[in-house]
Amino acid sequence: MSDAPGPSHPSVPAPVVRLEAVRLSYGATRALDGITLDIPASRMVGLIGPDGVGKSSLLSLIAGARAIQDGHVHVLGGDMIDAAHRRRTCPQIAYMPQGLGKNLYPTLSVFENVDFFGRLFGHDRHEREERIQQLLRDTGLAPFADRPAGKLSGGMKQKLGLCCALIHDPDLLILDEPTTGVDPLSRRQFWELIETIRKDRPGMSVIVATAYMEEAARFDWLVAMDNGSVLATGTPAELLQQTGTGNLDAAFIALLPEEQRREHREVVIPPRRSDQGDDVAIEAEGLTVKFGDFTAVDHVTFRIARGEIFGFLGSNGCGKTTTMKVLTGLLPASEGEARLFGREVDPNDMDIRRRVGYMSQAFSLYSELTVRQNLELHARLFRLAPDTIDGRVRDMVERFDLANVIDALPDALPLGVRQRLSLAVAMIHAPDILILDEPTSGVDPVARDSFWQTLSDLSRRDNVTIFVSTHFMNEAERCDRISLMHAGKVMISGTPEQIAARRGDGSLEEAFVAYLEDAIAATDTAKTTATPHIATTATVKTHGATHAASRFFDPRRMFAYTRREALELKRDPIRATLAILGSLILMFVMGYGINMDVEDLSFAAMDRDDTTISRDYVLQIAGSRYFTELAPITDYDDLDRRMRSGELSLAIELPPGFGRDVARGSNVQIGAWVDGAMPSRAETVRSYVQAMHATWLAQRARQLYGNTATTGDYQIEVRFLYNPDIRSIVAMAPAVIPILLLIIPAILATLSVVREKELGSIINFYVTPVTRLEFLIGKQLPYVALAMLNFFLLTAFAVFAFGVPFTGSFVAFTSAALLYVIVTTAMGLVISSFMASQIAAIFATTLLTMIPATQYSGLVDPVSSLQGAGAVIGRIYPTAHFVTITRGTFSKGLDFGDLSGPFLALIVTIPVLLALGVALLKKQAN
Amino acid sequence: MRTGNIVQLGIKELRGLFRDPMMLALIVYAFTVSIYTASRAQPETLNQAALAIVDEDRSPAATRIITAFKPPYFTVPRLIPQAEMMTRMDAGLDTFAINIPPNFQRDLLAQRSPAIQLNVDATRMSQAFTGSGYIQSIVGDEVGEFLSRYRSAAPLPIDLALRARFNPELNKGWFGAINNVISSVTMLSIILTGAALIREREHGTIEHLLVMPVTPFEVMASKIWSMGLVVLVAASVSLVFVVQGLLAVRIGGSVPLFLFGTALYLFATTSMGIFLATSAGTMPQFGLLLMLVLMPLQMLSGATTPRESMPDVIQTIMLAAPNTHFVILAQAILFRGAGLAVVWPQLAALLAIGGALFFLSLRRFRQFLR
Repeated sequence: MSDAPGPSHPSVPAPVVRLEAVRLSYGATRALDGITLDIPASRMVGLIGPDGVGKSSLLSLIAGARAIQDGHVHVLGGDMIDAAHRRRTCPQIAYMPQGLGKNLYPTLSVFENVDFFGRLFGHDRHEREERIQQLLRDTGLAPFADRPAGKLSGGMKQKLGLCCALIHDPDLLILDEPTTGVDPLSRRQFWELIETIRKDRPGMSVIVATAYMEEAARFDWLVAMDNGSVLATGTPAELLQQTGTGNLDAAFIALLPEEQRREHREVVIPPRRSDQGDDVAIEAEGLTVKFGDFTAVDHVTFRIARGEIFGFLGSNGCGKTTTMKVLTGLLPASEGEARLFGREVDPNDMDIRRRVGYMSQAFSLYSELTVRQNLELHARLFRLAPDTIDGRVRDMVERFDLANVIDALPDALPLGVRQRLSLAVAMIHAPDILILDEPTSGVDPVARDSFWQTLSDLSRRDNVTIFVSTHFMNEAERCDRISLMHAGKVMISGTPEQIAARRGDGSLEEAFVAYLEDAIAATDTAKTTATPHIATTATVKTHGATHAASRFFDPRRMFAYTRREALELKRDPIRATLAILGSLILMFVMGYGINMDVEDLSFAAMDRDDTTISRDYVLQIAGSRYFTELAPITDYDDLDRRMRSGELSLAIELPPGFGRDVARGSNVQIGAWVDGAMPSRAETVRSYVQAMHATWLAQRARQLYGNTATTGDYQIEVRFLYNPDIRSIVAMAPAVIPILLLIIPAILATLSVVREKELGSIINFYVTPVTRLEFLIGKQLPYVALAMLNFFLLTAFAVFAFGVPFTGSFVAFTSAALLYVIVTTAMGLVISSFMASQIAAIFATTLLTMIPATQYSGLVDPVSSLQGAGAVIGRIYPTAHFVTITRGTFSKGLDFGDLSGPFLALIVTIPVLLALGVALLKKQAN
Repeated sequence: MRTGNIVQLGIKELRGLFRDPMMLALIVYAFTVSIYTASRAQPETLNQAALAIVDEDRSPAATRIITAFKPPYFTVPRLIPQAEMMTRMDAGLDTFAINIPPNFQRDLLAQRSPAIQLNVDATRMSQAFTGSGYIQSIVGDEVGEFLSRYRSAAPLPIDLALRARFNPELNKGWFGAINNVISSVTMLSIILTGAALIREREHGTIEHLLVMPVTPFEVMASKIWSMGLVVLVAASVSLVFVVQGLLAVRIGGSVPLFLFGTALYLFATTSMGIFLATSAGTMPQFGLLLMLVLMPLQMLSGATTPRESMPDVIQTIMLAAPNTHFVILAQAILFRGAGLAVVWPQLAALLAIGGALFFLSLRRFRQFLR
């Protein structure tokens, strides 16, 4: 279709996407800088350009996943800023975000993933099953329907992503770098699949972002982007013609602005000199690494000579990274041997570490340190002599051209510069071996070429051995020798020319595809090669997607989220166990910890009288269950020392002549010292001592004055209601239940949303017809169920383990608990709308729940005793109401009728919180 | 050269921390605002206790009793009919309800020893005890004074001179302030080291470190000294400027001795932070684990309620927790002015627990890196 005309051509239909002066910034960073563009309909359109130039931002705007900041985005005949239009069109758009399986749920099986999307688009059971079966058959995923998505290879994940995207027969398919990190064979199969689908549905428009120029060459129409703007548009042929170049890589470089292009020069790697020698630098023999029953690296053997550039190719998860980690000593080999310079790799061998430089896949320098600080830190850690450090850092800065960013933080640097910094750090100690794990992924062609020039210099000039992994075929061609890995095994090694000549049509990629096909045919005969026929999908079309989209609340979509959340919870036992076990542990701890019983307090007496009367006074205190008597105090020094060490809570001093003075009725004073370090305990001690003193006085009075004093002037009958034994646990355990049913369900509910935000699957909420209310309630339900399970366990624990009597209506208590956990999970959902990261969510939820619940909800101090802000919070905070209900039903024997007030408060809170949650939740990313 | 690595890596940690405004804000908040407000917000034991009175006598004696109850200890008593008493208590509106029976004054003067009924909501433990004590003594005083106008009966001249040592006014704010310093020290030392380790793993930098000539021991030691130092400095500043300065808490003992104890304690808690971080795979799991560990540690350490009133089993188990010893040490030095002669067993225990935790963590840390 290379003859596809440009967008302005009169014979083509209206463009599927029309952009007018679209701008987008993230904080101070401008991602899109005034893009005006018409994308033709019914075409395969490619966005090309390196990472970070705004391709993904543009696609997410088109998909409606991101809110438009400035400009107009018209998609399928309407403005995407209009929420009603977005709701109407989202069933016609399918969006597959960047990243392998980014919008999939790794713990769910292949079938469950597709099924979830089917439910979101409102398909009924029959229709769903039919479509899923067909899609899985067409993509060759049918044999793996029960495998969790997280355990699929990169290529399979992308096919699954495609299934999920195609379940609702979209008119516009948006794919963001669908083949990055996928092996050449899977890549080819993926595009064949797309081709077949397009044949069956010729009206469908496809927009693809890609970093692989050789893929882009096969598209109908291209948009070349750099730095937030469009460089050029047109068919591949037009772009080549315009730039006068032979391939798209070169064409792209030619399209770049002058100053960027100037830095570029063709990579020339001179052949290895014969005098570089053949001594072996890196050697692996029968290297095997197993994680449990999974073999990541399977008997890999290779030898790399000193000064050689050795390339490692293969898809994500084929074992490249693991092999490299073994060589650096990060992972132990399960079997076999790895040797560097003839010495076996030993993680404790510090000398060998100083000869190796390693650059891991992800950028792994300290983003909190500046470029210079990073270089200096590593120089010191590699124990360069202190006086050589400055010079060495200067050398590196010069060599890797970092002078103008020397005091910048790495996060602020473009990817290409960061990669140069990583290499500079890996080189700071002048190692003999460099192990580089995908050093150029996401780097633009110009920067990639200069990077390879550096590698060439290191190898040829400094005789550094370089072991590098890559996805790019043109980089592989620059290596002295390469190996292709698949499923933990090395399939073939040799010079690029040898391998290319041996198989296929002479290109390296063809050769690899051929080898991969062989390997797959050998290991997996069951798998049917994808011979897609999507024809019947079209026949089941139309009646699913559209009718449900218009409805505001569709229980099916809501339950889709409930089902998925419940499945995920089931598959993540750690979370559920922590939640349940955690509440029981905390209940136990708090039941004992918030203990108001003060017993067994230590006391000692300094009896300087030592008569019957004075001994009687001491005995009276010693005999009570509140105090335990310790050895008598000998003198004031002893008293001081023992009180300072905290040994004594109470010291009593009876003065000399105490007995005599009491008998005579003359004034006498008893001294008592209470340890005030812990005021609440001191208060209790004080009240005990006063009470005992009073009792003793009454007794003496009776002895002195006889019967006239037997009864007092009046009596106070104290009745301790609801908790006659005054056991702390009876008061505390029922009040702890509301706190635990608040904090943990709220945190889980918050995390359930924030996790999706952090992991990226929230995108499914943005681009599918599910409404905010469906999303919230759907997510809430499993946690309400979990919290109710918790509720029953906690209640049972209180009654049976702590022995707290339950006197009221259990039905009322359970109903209140149900209302309450709906409130608490809804609180979590409201909080989640402010939070972006999981750790912040945990802290914020704890802060917002723990303090009001423990301080202002009547746990210790009754709400009626609170003042100021605390009193206001205590009146409206749901925990306070539920504490009233818990204590009422547990200890006071109450039923529904007696508790109508708090019940009403809980019922009113639910719609308020849900409305707040819906209002705060955004249906698009910012 | 090994210590060189520890120093370099520690400086790196400090630099990293100073570039994290969130964490800095958290530290400042925990050691200033949090301590200040928590100390000021501590209510007196008895504050605005809800009281209702059923007056079936309506005599001068009864009125005398009623007017004796005043804020701030009690609310102004609400006079209610007998029928409402139990429903109000059921609904939790009142904590105390006094019932003055009919003919109270007549019986009192006739020495028939009438009975006043005091109903206490015993599910409100914090007020039930002290409150009923206060009520009894208030009623006693009023009745006594009322009677003294009619007859003079000399009470026994035995006086109880009750004094609270170390905190004469039993100012709860003092206790709250010190307690909050302790819990901020615990919380931050664990969070800072744990989060520092998890962050390194999530960013892939830990791997990067381990291909360099650096041992796990050095990595761990560097995190312990740097984060420990940060918390120690923050705690000292807070103790001097917030607790002693702003809150005017009288500190009995030697602040340097306390800080020395804090340093030993930090050795234990930072090791614990690393241990927790190696046990948790991800930040959220670390967060959940943190709460499950922190809450029991804080609640059972003896800082919130006295150790003696806990069951023996728990007292014994909690001897293995560094918090317990630190709380004992802090109370002894800061309130009771105890010296080295008194607190050396706690210092020794902290050193032993810290050492054990450090080696346990080091072992876990080595496995964690595999």
